[in-house]
Amino acid sequence: MSLLEPRPQPSQRMRWLAPPLAIVLTLLCGAILFALLGKSPAHALRVFFIDPLRSSYGWTELLLKAGPLILIAQGLAVGFRARIFNIGAEGQLIVGALCGGGVAILSQGSEAAWVLPAMVLAGGLGGALWGAIPAWLKTRFNAEETLTTLMLSYVAGFLLAYMVNGPWRDPDGMNFPQSVMFGDAALFPILLEGTRLNASIFIVLFAVLGFWLFNARSLLAYQLEVGGLAPAAARYAGFSAQRTVWLSLLLSGLTAGLAGVGEVAGPIGQLNLNLSPGYGYAAIIVAYLGRLHAGGMVLAGLLMALLYLGGESAQVALQTPAAITGLFQGLLLFFLLAADAFVDYRLRRRSRPAAAPTVEVTAHA
Amino acid sequence: MKPKLRLELLHVSKRYPGVIANDDVSLAVAPGEIHAVLGENGAGKSTLMKMIYGLVPMDAGEMQFNDRQVRLASPKEARALGIGMVFQHFSLFETLSVVENIALALDGPYDLKALAKRVSEVSQRYGLPLDPWRGVHSLSVGERQRVEIVRCLLQDPQLLILDEPTSVLTPQAVEALFDTLRQLAAEGVSILYISHKLHEIQALCDSATMMRQGRVTAHAIPREESQQSLAQMMIGRELPICHAEPYQGEARPLLEVRGLNLAGEPPFGTALKEIDLTVHAGEIVGIAGVSGNGQAELLAALSGETLAPRGAIVLDGQAVGHLDAGRRRDLGLGFVPEERLGRGAVPALSLARNALLTAHRAGLARHGWLSPGKAWDYARDCIARFGVRCTGPAAAARSLSGGNLQKFIVGREIMQAPKVMIISQPTWGVDVGAAAYLRQTLIDLSRSGVAVLVVSEELDELFELCDRIAVLAAGRLSGAAPKAATNASRIGQQMAGLFEPAEVSPVPESLHVPA
Repeated sequence: MSLLEPRPQPSQRMRWLAPPLAIVLTLLCGAILFALLGKSPAHALRVFFIDPLRSSYGWTELLLKAGPLILIAQGLAVGFRARIFNIGAEGQLIVGALCGGGVAILSQGSEAAWVLPAMVLAGGLGGALWGAIPAWLKTRFNAEETLTTLMLSYVAGFLLAYMVNGPWRDPDGMNFPQSVMFGDAALFPILLEGTRLNASIFIVLFAVLGFWLFNARSLLAYQLEVGGLAPAAARYAGFSAQRTVWLSLLLSGLTAGLAGVGEVAGPIGQLNLNLSPGYGYAAIIVAYLGRLHAGGMVLAGLLMALLYLGGESAQVALQTPAAITGLFQGLLLFFLLAADAFVDYRLRRRSRPAAAPTVEVTAHA
Repeated sequence: MKPKLRLELLHVSKRYPGVIANDDVSLAVAPGEIHAVLGENGAGKSTLMKMIYGLVPMDAGEMQFNDRQVRLASPKEARALGIGMVFQHFSLFETLSVVENIALALDGPYDLKALAKRVSEVSQRYGLPLDPWRGVHSLSVGERQRVEIVRCLLQDPQLLILDEPTSVLTPQAVEALFDTLRQLAAEGVSILYISHKLHEIQALCDSATMMRQGRVTAHAIPREESQQSLAQMMIGRELPICHAEPYQGEARPLLEVRGLNLAGEPPFGTALKEIDLTVHAGEIVGIAGVSGNGQAELLAALSGETLAPRGAIVLDGQAVGHLDAGRRRDLGLGFVPEERLGRGAVPALSLARNALLTAHRAGLARHGWLSPGKAWDYARDCIARFGVRCTGPAAAARSLSGGNLQKFIVGREIMQAPKVMIISQPTWGVDVGAAAYLRQTLIDLSRSGVAVLVVSEELDELFELCDRIAVLAAGRLSGAAPKAATNASRIGQQMAGLFEPAEVSPVPESLHVPA
């Protein structure tokens, strides 16, 4: 007999309880892991989750890392609501960074004011273009976008490697696979002296508000949602399935591309092979942890950014391997998926002994 | 020793969160008795049957089978006792043969060849002709039902439960089924027959238990009652009767289908062949026929969910075959599909959000931006006007019963003031009172100058509603005959494909014979 039974209605309470529940379970599980490694769980969790935020610099780093995650998640969520699963945001981020970075490299030495806007534009378009390929494959050949987007991420990675090893390699860079450092005109201005927090955060802010409005009020977002929830109802109402595919992949490509520009025109300042620590993949977790809600994804992005910071801090203070960040991300996703099962299902109550039901019925009556 | 009673239920109750499905239900069925359970939708008939069949545990009360108390934990235990059930919706694998499907449902090991022989024997003995080696995909709905019945009979049931078994059958097939059931009863098998069709129950059943809102309201001998009195016991008031005034306006053609050919979706779709049909303003045209004869394909082609050649479908003089569903709606087409959840409405969304699905063009959205307040008001008006029983515009579509959701969808479409209204199975799963209201609504709609096309499996309904009736069989459509010029047996023959597809449609002036 199955352990779970379907609920008559999906539980709204459980939908919003699932993320905190997953976080608590992740912390518990993390504490056990640290204990097994012979480290004090309390100390380790403090190093991981509290120490990174003890300085104002830490908070700016948190925003810096949360920015791209939140931005990408906003775009991905549009597709996820429509059940178009773009899991190749990493590749779209890279192509966005390449296009934006390309503008910076080709205009090297220029102090003109148009350079940064042109980079942003090129990056956004580049990311959208990389999203357009799977959209075309899906609408033309019905190719599964989960596969094509993922595979195109590897293509993007190789494209980046080719460019920074070849045409765009810094001639004075001692053969490291990286481009020249960008000039000031090709960098987002720093917002707080002494930190790395830059003006790209405004793009994120704007995107959050924009997507919030889009999701809450636009007919288009409603049509996408219907397409995801009940494809036959979308067909019945005459909502175009092809448009859903295109819009989902173009929008998520666009936001990922913008995030890519934010990195190369921000903390990285050049093109190199490590320009994203997997933001494109982590943003998938952010999107679901934030319940595909514009505001929820802000909180989720901040948490995920904290995992990145905590992982770094734990490397220094506890000599744990860098994989600890990925481990925590994985735990979080795992527990979230498990908790999400309880949105639509509940534990089956045991069949009671013969006399009990009568008693219960009268107790209720 | 022969038991006194085959089945006895004593004070059975079942509650789900928020609803009492069954409240203190008692009933008794003697060996060889055909016992009807009558009630509107949501009266608790299905829950009760599921408890008897062991699918759902009872909260309180007891069940006796052959005078011995039993407590069933699963359908397997029920089958072992000798209880069989034929569900309204079949669970057959289309890619397998009849005998393979039957073998899958048996609880023990089997030998396919020996089983096939038994299938043939049983099917012949009870007048249910069936070739055990045929693939289920090639069977008609009636034949599929035979598979389900034979599957039950192979286990030598002493009690057979049938849930609305005739809703998918032609009139002739209904007669054949009744003969089989009478033969079974004569051999001592008890039959629980769930239905809301009063004339069937009078023709077939020895006794009846009426249910309303989870409670037993009456026991009756159907043959000693009139249909009116049975209906009154069932719904608690007089059965409303529809009345249709003749249409006074100009009967110009609003929906025309001209030589529509459409390949069926492989592997099991039905191809449409040379469909010709005209529906005029002010009339209701019905399409009779058993599902699977091209109904789904025709409706999708009319609604725009599948596209057709440009000129094959004409809406108020404009060729629309090439337009998608949304653009046809812009031109005044309203459509209520057979599947309410997942097609006519999005299950997880609220009624207010579901109002937007098609009514966004009725001012609920402007320049691509939604007006949630207007959607809310639209849903609220629809709920009030069409008597949708729900908690309000915030209720999720899936929380409504089938009948109430149907009222909401019909209301949503009608409130958009369509020129042409197409509706499939309008009262399928709708309780008797609401069904009468829906029918009257459709008649009133047509008399306001709307062309209404109704596709239904229920002949009674078509005769009550329609001005003209056509029959769809194997992808071909007969000419639409005025109601007065046809009858059930003629339509039954046409359902078997016995008609000239080129039958000339009568002139519209002669349509409106007052009912």
